Amino acid sequence: MIEVKKLVKRFGLKTILKGLDFSVQPGEFVALLGPNGAGKTTFLRILASLSRPSLGSVKVAGYPLPNESAKVRARLGVVSHLPLLYPDLTAEENLEFYARMYGISNYHVRITEVLKMVGLEPRRRDLVRTFSRGMQQRLSIGRAIIHDPEVALFDEPYTGLDQDASEMLDDVLRSVAAKGRTVVMTSHDLARAEDLATRFDVLSRGVIVASGTKDDFKNSNLLDFYRKALET
Amino acid sequence: MTSSPSFFKAVFAIARKDLATEFRSRELISAMLVFSMLVILIFNFALELNPDARRTVTAGVLWTTFAFAGTLGLNRSMAVEKDRGCMDGLLLAPVDRSAIFFGKAISNLVFMLLVEMIVIPMYAMLYNETRIFQLEFFGVLLLGSIGYIAVGTLLSAMSVQTRTRDVLLPILLFPVAVPVLLASVKASGGIVAGLPFEDYVTPLNLLIVYDVIFLAGSYMSFDFVVEE
Repeated sequence: MIEVKKLVKRFGLKTILKGLDFSVQPGEFVALLGPNGAGKTTFLRILASLSRPSLGSVKVAGYPLPNESAKVRARLGVVSHLPLLYPDLTAEENLEFYARMYGISNYHVRITEVLKMVGLEPRRRDLVRTFSRGMQQRLSIGRAIIHDPEVALFDEPYTGLDQDASEMLDDVLRSVAAKGRTVVMTSHDLARAEDLATRFDVLSRGVIVASGTKDDFKNSNLLDFYRKALET
Repeated sequence: MTSSPSFFKAVFAIARKDLATEFRSRELISAMLVFSMLVILIFNFALELNPDARRTVTAGVLWTTFAFAGTLGLNRSMAVEKDRGCMDGLLLAPVDRSAIFFGKAISNLVFMLLVEMIVIPMYAMLYNETRIFQLEFFGVLLLGSIGYIAVGTLLSAMSVQTRTRDVLLPILLFPVAVPVLLASVKASGGIVAGLPFEDYVTPLNLLIVYDVIFLAGSYMSFDFVVEE
């Protein structure tokens, strides 16, 4: 579903990604771990076609980037640090806007379905500016899955969420994964990543330094796996 | 579930969203209006003009006002998208990115025309100038605003990505928009002065040509401007 070969990304003289190889099979839930500044967000932005690779090849859902970026974007849902929502529109109006942008037919039914999924149906007519950070993040996830994407990219979705909001987000992520969607999530929350993901890749100094499944560290835990990966 | 939306549906979704947002917040129009009225008032006090002199400065005063007020609106309109990451939301949509340009340009044009429609009667009252209420004058206003907004929307998408966006936009925009502003002032000045059509047809034709060039140039380059 995602195939990345020898990906290099440079900003001026600084090289952020240094020949990164990465692939994800359909239905996999990959947690992309790594310290701050490792290049996780840059990598996700390239997968989302928001940034061009300097070198290397990237294919998402079978389409090469950046040449077929519109086709990739139609199959992609993205949640970033920022909510990507308009505070002066209601929750329903925000989803309606994005539904129009994705060419969804009969979007009223889908909006109700998504609002129920993220637990915001009772607040559908409230302005987003009145929402807490957790509610905005839930709506942001609703925005990202409004078109039922084949691939979901979540960049630090738990940032700034309290315990209740994080648990609700867990449920939403599980329901996305349960539908057989491919998910790539960056996170610093190793416990949550261990609970949700089926595979764990560690990105450090611009390359993937370790990749494993739960079976690879069943006698220890993800924290040990992560630390060991960073030491290599 | 998804089929890529048609270009025009995406354009109107963006314009409609901008209008709905502004209808709620009224941040942009109110700032543009207050600014325009202040400029008109300042000119009124600064240029204590006799009726003949007024005829010659009307087009210049009005276009100066609209150009400055338009810059305020252009800056704000793109900053709203950038500040909350909504520009990424737009860029993620499976649609030709020039649809974003046209959607933003349409909403910016509507805001500018709204301000113009409120400022012109104010100007007529303060300067006792009724010759601006002519269909030809409104035609030039529309053409001039289209050219100004076309290049302004493109440059605001560029400047909003910098830290000095508030300062950078006028620095980039005014030199590029000079041909549109000059042609607009000449054409509307001719109409207010009551000159025959032949006397201001050249700036009018130039204005149309600039509109086409700016719209086509912005359409072709917007994708490169918004890409990281």
